[in-house]
Amino acid sequence: MLRDEDRIFLNLYGFDSWQLDGARKRGIWRNTKELLALGREKIIDEMKESGLRGRGGAGFPTGLKWSFMPKEIGEAPHYLVVNADESEPGTCKDREILRNDPHILLEGCVVAGFAMGAHTAYIYVRGEFFREAERLNAAIAEAYEAGLLGPDACGSGWGFDIHVHRGAGAYICGEETALLESLEGKKGQPRLKPPFPAGVGLYGCPTTVNNVESIAVGPTILRRGAAWFAGLGREGNVGTKIFSISGHVENPCNVEEEMGIPLRELIETHAGGVRGGWDNLLAIIPGGSSVPLLPKSICDDVLMDFDSLKEVHSGLGTAAVIVMDKSTDIVAAIARLSHFYMHESCGQCTPCREGTGWMYRVLNRMVTGDADIAEIDMLHAVTKQIEGHTICALGDAAAWPIQGLIRHFRAEIEDRIIAAKTTANTAPALPDAAQ
Amino acid sequence: MPKLTIDGVEVDAPDGATVLQACQLAGKEVPHFCFHERLSVAGNCRMCLVEMERAPKPIASCAMPAGEGMVITTDSDTVRQARRGVMEFLLINHPLDCPICDQGGECDLQDQAVAYGGDRTRYEENKRAVTDKSMGPLVNTVMTRCIHCTRCVRFTTEIAGVSEIGMLGRGEHAEISSYLERSLTSELSANIIDLCPVGALTSKPYAFAARPWELKKAESVDVLDAVGASIRVDARGASVLRVVPRLHENVNEEWISDKTRFACDGLRRQRLDQPYVRRGEKLEPATWDEAFGAIGERIAASDGKRIAAIAGDLCDGESMLALKDLMGKLGSPHLDCRQDGAKVDANVRASYLLNSSIAGLETADAVLLIGTDPRREAPLVNLRLRRAWLEGGAEIGVVGPARDLNYPVTALGAGTDTLTALKDGKIAFLETLKNAERPALILGMGALARSDGAAILAVAREIADLTGMISADWNGFNVLHTAAARVGGLDLGIVPGAGGKDVPSILDAATNGEMDIVYLLGADEIDMSRFGDAFVVYQGHHGDAGAHRADVILPGAAYTEKHGTYVNTEGRVQLGRPAVPPVGEAKEDWKILRALSDVLGHKLPYDTLGDVRSAMVAANPVFDEIDIVSKAEWAPFGTAGALGEAAFELPIDDFYLTDPISRASVTMAACSRELSGGTEKGTGTNG
Repeated sequence: MLRDEDRIFLNLYGFDSWQLDGARKRGIWRNTKELLALGREKIIDEMKESGLRGRGGAGFPTGLKWSFMPKEIGEAPHYLVVNADESEPGTCKDREILRNDPHILLEGCVVAGFAMGAHTAYIYVRGEFFREAERLNAAIAEAYEAGLLGPDACGSGWGFDIHVHRGAGAYICGEETALLESLEGKKGQPRLKPPFPAGVGLYGCPTTVNNVESIAVGPTILRRGAAWFAGLGREGNVGTKIFSISGHVENPCNVEEEMGIPLRELIETHAGGVRGGWDNLLAIIPGGSSVPLLPKSICDDVLMDFDSLKEVHSGLGTAAVIVMDKSTDIVAAIARLSHFYMHESCGQCTPCREGTGWMYRVLNRMVTGDADIAEIDMLHAVTKQIEGHTICALGDAAAWPIQGLIRHFRAEIEDRIIAAKTTANTAPALPDAAQ
Repeated sequence: MPKLTIDGVEVDAPDGATVLQACQLAGKEVPHFCFHERLSVAGNCRMCLVEMERAPKPIASCAMPAGEGMVITTDSDTVRQARRGVMEFLLINHPLDCPICDQGGECDLQDQAVAYGGDRTRYEENKRAVTDKSMGPLVNTVMTRCIHCTRCVRFTTEIAGVSEIGMLGRGEHAEISSYLERSLTSELSANIIDLCPVGALTSKPYAFAARPWELKKAESVDVLDAVGASIRVDARGASVLRVVPRLHENVNEEWISDKTRFACDGLRRQRLDQPYVRRGEKLEPATWDEAFGAIGERIAASDGKRIAAIAGDLCDGESMLALKDLMGKLGSPHLDCRQDGAKVDANVRASYLLNSSIAGLETADAVLLIGTDPRREAPLVNLRLRRAWLEGGAEIGVVGPARDLNYPVTALGAGTDTLTALKDGKIAFLETLKNAERPALILGMGALARSDGAAILAVAREIADLTGMISADWNGFNVLHTAAARVGGLDLGIVPGAGGKDVPSILDAATNGEMDIVYLLGADEIDMSRFGDAFVVYQGHHGDAGAHRADVILPGAAYTEKHGTYVNTEGRVQLGRPAVPPVGEAKEDWKILRALSDVLGHKLPYDTLGDVRSAMVAANPVFDEIDIVSKAEWAPFGTAGALGEAAFELPIDDFYLTDPISRASVTMAACSRELSGGTEKGTGTNG
């Protein structure tokens, strides 16, 4: 369990002031100038050593990502883009950062921006986060006022500006290249990669897109040292992480915890346990709607980090833990997620555009058992036809929950189909009109 | 040159090539829908997936740049499985209406479904239906068939330069739409019909007319503008059903204008299918003998000096040569192929050609347009200019009326005073031209077809010399013609002989009763009221202006009905070939003149097409070099003189109605109504 002195997000719950004075009390903006004085390379090296993996879901090493930016600033400016389009169902960690601790993100932007040679950061905020964007803008105004942003950010001599852009509510705009398209004023559709944003990104310039949490933890890591961060958690899965626990728990919450905490401990310590006790647990989606669910048997002892969850064919994703107890209609639950992906598919590439609807419709029939046993395998085949064949990861995200369902709850689907067929066969024949 | 290994075969791909192109080089066919080599890469159909060594998942080969040392597999189980999967996805919502789909038989989806499609569906849900969109009189839409490859979107925005089609909605509800449900305001719009890999966008005029395997195909060239686009004329029986583009990198790439494509229904209307002779006020049907007899009588009673001939805009070289030879034998010097009175100089070939070549215009970095609207006069030249602007950042200045050309231009002024000021360095654009590496000017008929045309030609030449447009490897002096026959006519010397009159003088003379006989070879674009009492012979294929004034009509063949030699505006000699026989009693035009010459007792010395063509080569050796553009010698031309004050007037107001064929076309009339000023509203059900 994470010790209080190891916490990075000290105002996650908004008990303290979100404004500059409160932030300063928590140590934010304390020695930003000194952090920048480390120099670009040192900062990136430190981030690499810390072992921080991106907190947006894919878990790509953050320091490595920063190092992809051109070493020299050429004719094209560099950009830092912060992805605050947090739309993954179940995930609500970035929202709390924007709401209660915007300055920790702003300081992170300055440090990360400096490290990658960017003078400008764009924070792309989910459209629905109206109040959050308001606070973020207010915090930015405060920071400009205090000289923390602007032509001489924090007195470092490095000019740095931050702009907030509000999205319009499309899930796909959380995909980094679709986000860039949207930021440029175009329709939010993922771009083809290569070229990657570090080469050709926003307005064709070198760009790095990072999750809010990844950026926000940067300054603290530099202050306390990479070794401290790397000392938390376990090899390859280090540091702290905000977990969003929702669903059938006594006390749904966001909590910052050490990586690699056992799932059961996480839920029982912070969320008051599963409603009706651990034995009432049916399944858990451990990392936001797009990762495959885990049945109780796996949840009993799985650790919450990238590699442990990968071993059990799921993923840490955004660490949004969705708990479902035995009252859940698991097929309907996944069908609902499937509907979400059908609705949010951008329609650009074939497998996702055509496949998400197909999967949803088949799955939706399976909720009532109105299907054929053979269709379970067909559905699985369809998910495999989508997975890995699309431009962006939305296709994968749509396929995985269904694969998880079939992997762990195939019997449940089969039972429903058999039950539905039996009912149909034994239903009393319609009365003959002549009688 | 990256070296790749594709299915075990090593290939060197050119720099900038994609993996898909490298696979094609290695002789491996990679199925694809959205990829098109002339459009930007979309990578959205996912049909071209291949396996790349060390890549965790299959890659879209159309979007992946070929890299050194890549190891690609195009025929593994994974790849085949992926393609089968994509094909299944494309088909689940695609209607199986091939039997009633016009794309049937030439459909990419159909072809590739044979290779990668299943023999039965696993899809038990309802299929998606999509509302059809109104895209005007040319493009028929059945949007349920659309596979969202966005080729049409990319063509219209990138090549045609109009952002009038896009994808609306997302996910399953994504639809290709012409946002406002109106015709595309592009002269190239119908190319999206060819680009569409399925039957979503099909030809409206050709709807349900024929299946591709029923058609007889003739490879020919277009004559409705001076570009000479390579076309294929598809006919069934005696009627031309459609015209589609052929590949010619240096002329039309693989595009053609809407007029080229759709004016062909005009070939079935208003046709002259037998000779007529005017008896009293009325033109009455006659036999060839009667018609020839009537002409012979008049010619016998006249003198060569009182006979004139005018060749029209659609004439082939063969008939023009026969006309010239006949006039020579009759002793008439009054011969002209410049109906509009353009003051081009037939003596110096470089003075009347598009010397930069059509493809070469793409490399120009500063262009001066003088009295021309390339968008309407030659859409295929205009797209090259657009590309020069888009890809090379060319600056384009316009003297004369500045219309929307689908790229930004600097309007410099209206007429000759601007031209003089420019020459004198009083307009900054002169510096732009001087500083450019490949400066060019395009002189249109709006500047040449006027009484001071020769002086304007001289000024233009001065500007060309002044700004360094002519160098060893570049000639930026260009004339953009509007008539397919013009350059061929000038090459053959269809201009007044010694003491001969040009078109305006012929008209003056006829009005004053100084001409007895005027022979119109397909000439319809002149003021017919000015022939006075002259005896007018009209030889041509359509009952247009010339035929109405004629005293004798000799029915000729349209361009789809005869062997013909045409020279396009850049001086490229091209051959047209017949797709169908001439209608009724009509004959190939040079044969008519040859037969008439016999009746008149001045038998022309050729009996076969080969003979005529030899005579053409003898008249001008360029006719020996088919499909070759040889550099024209830069020599003095132009006659300095006083410039008139009138502003330039553009030769074409209505792109869709420019010649006897397009004026007879119902489709072109509909386009004209809708696009050249008409405000007819599309409702989506009016097709």
